[in-house]
Amino acid sequence: MSEFSVIGRRLPKVNSWAHLTGQARYADDLFLPRMLYGRLLRSTRPHARIRRVDTSRALAHPGVVAVVTGADMPEKMGIMPSTQDETALAVDRVRYVGEPVAAVAAFDEDTAFDALSLIQIDYEDLEPIFTIEEALEREDVKIHDEAKRANVFKEVHLSFGDLEGGFGAADHLRDDWFFFERNTHAPIESHSAVASYGPDDKLTLWTATQVPHYLHRELEKVLGLPRSRIRVIATPNGGAFGGKSDPFGHEFAAALLSMRTRRPVKITLDREEVFYAHRGRHPVKMRIRTGVKKDGEITAVHYQSWLDGGAYASYGIATTYYTGALLTVTYRIPAYKFDGVRVYTNKPPCGPKRGHGTTQPRYGFECQIDKIAEDLDLDPLEYRKKILQPANSRTVNDLRITSMGLGECLDALQRSTRYSERRGQLGTGKGIGLAGSAYISGAGLPIYWNEMPHSGAEIRIDRGGGVTVMCGTSEIGQGSDNMLASVAAEALGVMPADVHVVSGDTSLAPVDLGSYSSRVTFMAGNAVRDAAMKLRALLVAAAAEKLEVPAERLLTAYGRIYDRDDPAKFITFADAAVLAESKHGTLVAAGSYKPPKGIGGSFKGAGVGPTPAYSYQAAVAEVTVDMDTGMVTVDKVTTAHDCGRALNPANVEGQVEGSAYMGYGEIIGEEQVFRGGLHKKPSLLDYKIPTSLDTPVLEAIVVESVDAEGPFGAKEAGEGPLNPVIPAIANAVYDAIGVRFDETPITAEKILTALGKRDRRGERKTRIGPDGLDAGKADPKRALRRLTASTDARERKRPVS
Amino acid sequence: MLRLPRFRLLEPRSYGEAAQLLAENGAGALDRSRGTPTLRVMLVAGGTDLFPNMKRRQFTPELLISLARVRDASGIQRNGHLDISAGTTLSAIAQDPGIRERSTALAEAAEVVSTPQLRNMGTIGGNICLDTRCNWYDQSLFWRTAEGFCMKTNPDVVCRVATSSPRCLAVASADTVPALLVLGATVHFEDAEGGRDVPLADLYQEDGIQPMALRQDEVLTDVTLPEADGWRSTYLKMRDRGSFDFPIAAVAAAVRWDGAKVSEARIAITALGSRPQLVADAARPLVGTSLDDVTIALAAEAVHKAARPMDNTSGTISQRKRAALVFTERALRSLRPA
Repeated sequence: MSEFSVIGRRLPKVNSWAHLTGQARYADDLFLPRMLYGRLLRSTRPHARIRRVDTSRALAHPGVVAVVTGADMPEKMGIMPSTQDETALAVDRVRYVGEPVAAVAAFDEDTAFDALSLIQIDYEDLEPIFTIEEALEREDVKIHDEAKRANVFKEVHLSFGDLEGGFGAADHLRDDWFFFERNTHAPIESHSAVASYGPDDKLTLWTATQVPHYLHRELEKVLGLPRSRIRVIATPNGGAFGGKSDPFGHEFAAALLSMRTRRPVKITLDREEVFYAHRGRHPVKMRIRTGVKKDGEITAVHYQSWLDGGAYASYGIATTYYTGALLTVTYRIPAYKFDGVRVYTNKPPCGPKRGHGTTQPRYGFECQIDKIAEDLDLDPLEYRKKILQPANSRTVNDLRITSMGLGECLDALQRSTRYSERRGQLGTGKGIGLAGSAYISGAGLPIYWNEMPHSGAEIRIDRGGGVTVMCGTSEIGQGSDNMLASVAAEALGVMPADVHVVSGDTSLAPVDLGSYSSRVTFMAGNAVRDAAMKLRALLVAAAAEKLEVPAERLLTAYGRIYDRDDPAKFITFADAAVLAESKHGTLVAAGSYKPPKGIGGSFKGAGVGPTPAYSYQAAVAEVTVDMDTGMVTVDKVTTAHDCGRALNPANVEGQVEGSAYMGYGEIIGEEQVFRGGLHKKPSLLDYKIPTSLDTPVLEAIVVESVDAEGPFGAKEAGEGPLNPVIPAIANAVYDAIGVRFDETPITAEKILTALGKRDRRGERKTRIGPDGLDAGKADPKRALRRLTASTDARERKRPVS
Repeated sequence: MLRLPRFRLLEPRSYGEAAQLLAENGAGALDRSRGTPTLRVMLVAGGTDLFPNMKRRQFTPELLISLARVRDASGIQRNGHLDISAGTTLSAIAQDPGIRERSTALAEAAEVVSTPQLRNMGTIGGNICLDTRCNWYDQSLFWRTAEGFCMKTNPDVVCRVATSSPRCLAVASADTVPALLVLGATVHFEDAEGGRDVPLADLYQEDGIQPMALRQDEVLTDVTLPEADGWRSTYLKMRDRGSFDFPIAAVAAAVRWDGAKVSEARIAITALGSRPQLVADAARPLVGTSLDDVTIALAAEAVHKAARPMDNTSGTISQRKRAALVFTERALRSLRPA
């Protein structure tokens, strides 16, 4: 029998009934008395100076109540305090098609829509920049005047260990180029915000956000309203995946329109606008050089990445570092160099998407590991097991590793899929592929420097034994409310269904930094546990006195506090609460969590990568390639994931399967293509996110390494499982048709090209990917010029006479 | 969300009344007063394609005449031939045992239109009259404003797909049409004066703006298929996903077996040009054969030649041309006797 009454059980999520019956109240479901409807006017130009904005005709339009423009909120903002380069609405310049420029509030949505066409904007077109290459070299065109070199947003160089020595000692060297295409989150719920500025001069903003606390700070800055007079309530997010973790123009616009009109204002983006809001996966060009001994032991890795950041910073500084930070935590690397460059282009800004910045390099690296295994005639699974970074160790870039279950994940996959026996044996057109990965259980540092907790929680027990948990986390569908309830319930000895959760409300709940970087289970879980254990001690003490049993012998479960040696001897949780409140006064306790010191290095840039615990995962993909049409079918994806401990296995499996689905979509069909800066397919019909009919059979295997610092041993499960799926599918396609896909996505066209079936000339290829150059012959800049990913040519707009 | 433009809705109870309303309300007159050319009055059946297009302001009719309340607008009758009323839903067609058994291509085509929800609303008549599609055209007003419009919505602009093209290159995208073509369908129209029958093959023309030789005051009321004795047929569709997507290449094939030999054959394609078309050059070599591999290869080659995809849907030109060839081979092989 389990030592737990809640943890590890497949209990239904506390909020699933509301979601299943359509009773969950999303931001767009809110209707307040006298509410106005807002809409944003967006830029039709990729790069232009705004000469003049004339809103007079829109203001005069019947039904229009207020119009605001960028000039009304000129304060710079952005999620990372060190790189704030955005304004809520464009002030004097637009930098991508779809950038919000003005906002209208009207009595109804139709009127607001009509009024947009009455706003006159006088643009002066500037030359746009669309590719990484142009951005690196064009000193004459600056998307942001602040950029020191051309259009470089951030350049980082980190080196660890003896790189020269490492490469010198290698018996075999691989030098591969990769390209990861841009894609987006596509949550079912489009962004929505309702602002209400009341007669008390206080602003309440209900919004679908992952980061209510950070948004709270930015609202203060941009609106000039003290934070004490602002309340942010994160409504349940209908999916977010990183796409709702920036402060967005529509949130400020709704707030300002409400302040101007003293009426509630709602702005809900339509689907096309969600594509422009973006903040999705960065396109990344990568070069990875890896030296290995004959037996495969890695001697050195030099990883370089070039990120196309789009028009603004977003989390870009973190993304840039993340492309290089986590390659070291899976396999032993004694010497490591990382060069990363993120540039501005005139496209919607990229940001964090599930796996934030680690997905692209992990794809490249795991494809390369597969190639190394082949070069050395090693079984890719056994090879990975041989070079694992050990548990309780430090990486070459000074990251602290604690629990590490990648070996168990690989073993579990071999048992489930018989990968090693089946690889290379499935016949033409059928293949099996493998990859491993790791991810953080929360960023080790907050985005703004401070010494306060990363997560705070407050628990109150009422006189009927009801438990209320308050925590600033944002429920984005990942199950965080259920996690809060489960951890509190386990610690106190009640059931999750007895717990009321108040989350994502800056007035009612202590700060949690937000639902990003897979930090909530680890950090908020620990904060809630901390608070719950304080209350538990009071209740148990009261029960011990009443039952005349030593407190150490008392256990709590199923709403009772009972004698371990004689379970018939108990008092109910509610009775214990009355006794404890009689003795100690109102039963409230606060808990908090902050990652320990010393989990990372102290060099510049060491802030990105450390985490209190890494999750580990590996995936096996099985594919069928239609040799005549080039269509790829992924038949099955099996993912083994080390989540420390599954607080709720059903929820963990849901996250692992959802990640596999999303990773599958990223490599098989999803890509964001632009023409002249205009998104070619900003709709769910044209953007090929898979449907349920396309989704492979998914199997999730939970591996539990029981982390010493996680709440009840838990680590993250929401992002890491995406990473191995993408290279596993690429490696499976290689197994099927002998073609390396060193770029995403794998399309029918590319398969036909590789098979020599694209045209009558019939030239076969063994690799699809960006051109590199011979190792060490030229500087990276020249290399880059020769690096033409297949996407570049089509980004330029064809001249129309 | 995107909102529908304002419009008036009329709901006649008969096709005759609908035709009368079309005539009275200036059917065919182009209204250019709002920046994009638009018909003053349009018909709507299931609305699954029309309403999204209206939301994107591809056209903004002042008046919609709904066929949803026309009496006896749906139904499948057999009396020597198969008569399908235009308002019959795609779901009903896909599920009809007789159609599945004897007019297989049509059931298969109806079954792969969009999603289950849309097939429950969408009608066969609507699918036959589906607007041509193009990824420069099927975009919001905002998007098209940013792009600068195209020939299909603004006569002063070139075709964005091929700037020297004298005509609009938007793509025929109705799944059921090639199936109906190989099954020898005839369509019946009514107008205020009376009616006419048109062989379906004569309805379409190679013009993305005016893809049907059809007067704007006519209402499609029925589709008739001859008896399918001895015929076997199938429909194969290439699309990116297993649901939701329009075809990017599609082939319907039908052969009539007389003993061990093919006595008649038809092959039709869609999504490979502005009109769905019968490919006579592909069907001809099949007659008198038993669909051996060599003959099938000849037919596939002819389809490959007839396919003229442009870069204005998902997928690529070469991929779609190749799919036309491969799907023709696969379709014909599947029609060999068991």
